[in-house]
Amino acid sequence: MNNKSEFSERYSDLYTENRHLIQSSSTDYINSFREEAIERYRILGIPSRKSEMYRYTNLDIFFRHDFKSYLAPGDEESIKAEEFRCDVASLDTHGLVLMNGFYPDLKNKLRQLPEGVWVGSLKEASVRFSDKIREHYGKYAKSESDGLVHLNTAMASDGIFVYVPEGTLLTKPVQIVNLVYSDEDIFNQHRNLIIVEKNSGIAIIICDHTLSPRKFLTNAVTEVYVGENSHFDIIRVQNEHNNASKISHTFIHQEKSSQASSNNLTLHGGLVRNSTYHFLGGEGAESNSYGLYLADKFQHVDNYINVEHAFPHCTSNQLFKGVLDDMATGAFNGRIYVAKDAQGTLAYQRNNNILLTDDAKMYTKPQLEIYADDVKCSHGATVGQLDNDSLFYLRSRGIDKREAMLMLMFAFTHEVIQKINIEPLRERMDNLVMQRLKGELSRCASCMVQCG
Amino acid sequence: MLVIKNLHASINGKEILKGLDLEVKPGEIHAIMGPNGSGKSTLAAVIAGRELARVTEGTVEYFGRNLLDMLPEERSKEGIFLGFQYPIEIPGVSMVNFLKTAVNTHRRHKGLDPLSASDFLKLMREKKEMVEIDSKLANRSVNEGFSGGEKKKNEIFQMAMLEPTLAILDETDSGLDIDALRVVANGVNKLKRPDNSAVVITHYQRLLDYIVPDVVHVLYDGRIVRTAGKELAFELEEKGYEWIRSEVDNQSGYE
Repeated sequence: MNNKSEFSERYSDLYTENRHLIQSSSTDYINSFREEAIERYRILGIPSRKSEMYRYTNLDIFFRHDFKSYLAPGDEESIKAEEFRCDVASLDTHGLVLMNGFYPDLKNKLRQLPEGVWVGSLKEASVRFSDKIREHYGKYAKSESDGLVHLNTAMASDGIFVYVPEGTLLTKPVQIVNLVYSDEDIFNQHRNLIIVEKNSGIAIIICDHTLSPRKFLTNAVTEVYVGENSHFDIIRVQNEHNNASKISHTFIHQEKSSQASSNNLTLHGGLVRNSTYHFLGGEGAESNSYGLYLADKFQHVDNYINVEHAFPHCTSNQLFKGVLDDMATGAFNGRIYVAKDAQGTLAYQRNNNILLTDDAKMYTKPQLEIYADDVKCSHGATVGQLDNDSLFYLRSRGIDKREAMLMLMFAFTHEVIQKINIEPLRERMDNLVMQRLKGELSRCASCMVQCG
Repeated sequence: MLVIKNLHASINGKEILKGLDLEVKPGEIHAIMGPNGSGKSTLAAVIAGRELARVTEGTVEYFGRNLLDMLPEERSKEGIFLGFQYPIEIPGVSMVNFLKTAVNTHRRHKGLDPLSASDFLKLMREKKEMVEIDSKLANRSVNEGFSGGEKKKNEIFQMAMLEPTLAILDETDSGLDIDALRVVANGVNKLKRPDNSAVVITHYQRLLDYIVPDVVHVLYDGRIVRTAGKELAFELEEKGYEWIRSEVDNQSGYE
């Protein structure tokens, strides 16, 4: 195959060299996926720009770097994680921390919340919830063409596990804080599994942070199962520094009459690539995929969305907006696939972008594949500048140009932020976005967590 | 207050204003009338500082300062207000946030402290009553989904909030029903003070049934061709613009 990166082999060798270490800490069931996955990875490799899905993102420059691989948790990092006390202003959540992709070595690796929901380490859960793992693990991350998903399956050994039993409504959101911290440049991978059984509901907030100024590369996979009649929200707040590269793959599998929303809010990060897969696997399911990205300097943010309508009468929405400054680049690829039998499908997609300089670039591409005939689909994309008439209107009332531009950018971004159902988080995001637009959030800041 | 001399201005390279002279003194209401395409809106654009109108010749002085050197926001802070012919819809920017930012910017410029949230809301309430604007409008995004009449009333409301020294109303009356027209005219009349002025740009004489101007000008082909008292407006209403047109064209023929 000629559409893989020349650095691909380095990472399959990494597996071969560390096979024993990787397998020693996982159950046989999790390990049973590894050999096949690494074989698939050997064929596919790290996607190059010749791959249709990665046309606008050059991963070579990130994977060529000589990272130390973070394959097992160290003691020092666990202590650091324990010190990391997160207290969210007016946002009441059940907090979980991942340090360099591992659940820190705390006493309670898996805990039950008052409502009956289980949260904790995936590694621990693969022992204690082996039946649930067998039912769901590796079932939804089925992107045949993306080598990085296979690399994760081959090598990841921990992550977050969330299990919402049938008929359980969790009122407080679960917040997962992904920390990356090291004195060396590291490559790390983790794997999350979220199971929401039928007639249940949960909201999950994922915050991506970097705690030390080294180069980091993260390749994360999250699998989500949303049972019949269930409700699932995932909000990802990405706030990493310019030397951090974050590649996340999220697979959301939905059953009949379920509702799921994903919101990727990228405030800061060197390279950010989010692949979000929505599989509408039962009649009457509804999925929403939202995203907001604010990038400047040499940052690059790429959102790949894949919505698959496999059953009739499902609805999907995609709304992605971005503001790109300086030399920043962005990409949006929104795929909608409507299977032959998925009659009565409603599928919408919109991507709007504002470029603040002549050097900023945005690549946007809809990709509609429709095999049913009773379908309502729409897509639209814009790339432009702030509206001059609006700008003049505000200035003619005495508002300075800079302030007027801020107001317009803020209004532009607010459409995505108002999709957040958790009010304190929505307010916090409004503030963070305002700070970011003003240039006051120039480094990985405190996200929505305040750390003491 | 405002002295315009020999103003030439073009839009997209086409000369629209061709040597316009105008002087507005404190306390005066001027009406500028004229047929479509005569340059009325270009004049408003030049005074407010819209970039698309390029000044090629002439001077505009505002209280002795060169107005053309000032940014649009500076002009506003110095007391100039443009009521737009086509107010812009700005989704996502709330009326409250917009007006609060504008009012406090003006206050800062005058060396005053910003208004507290409650004082600001009180001011908004007062002005809403004064200009008879539906209070629901203030809870929405700027002009978003407003009807034509609501947009124009909103211009008058903003004018009431900012209390300008010189208001330029660019065809604020066009497309209005009698009720909205009355609201707009009442707003202008109530905001009238001995030290401020208004220039009302209009195609029709109708608005002048409600706003009594001190001076009426006729703008034709980029120049002021007639200036007189309010009786000129009635004459225009009676005879139409054809009368001016033929007279001016004849005159220039003799030159």
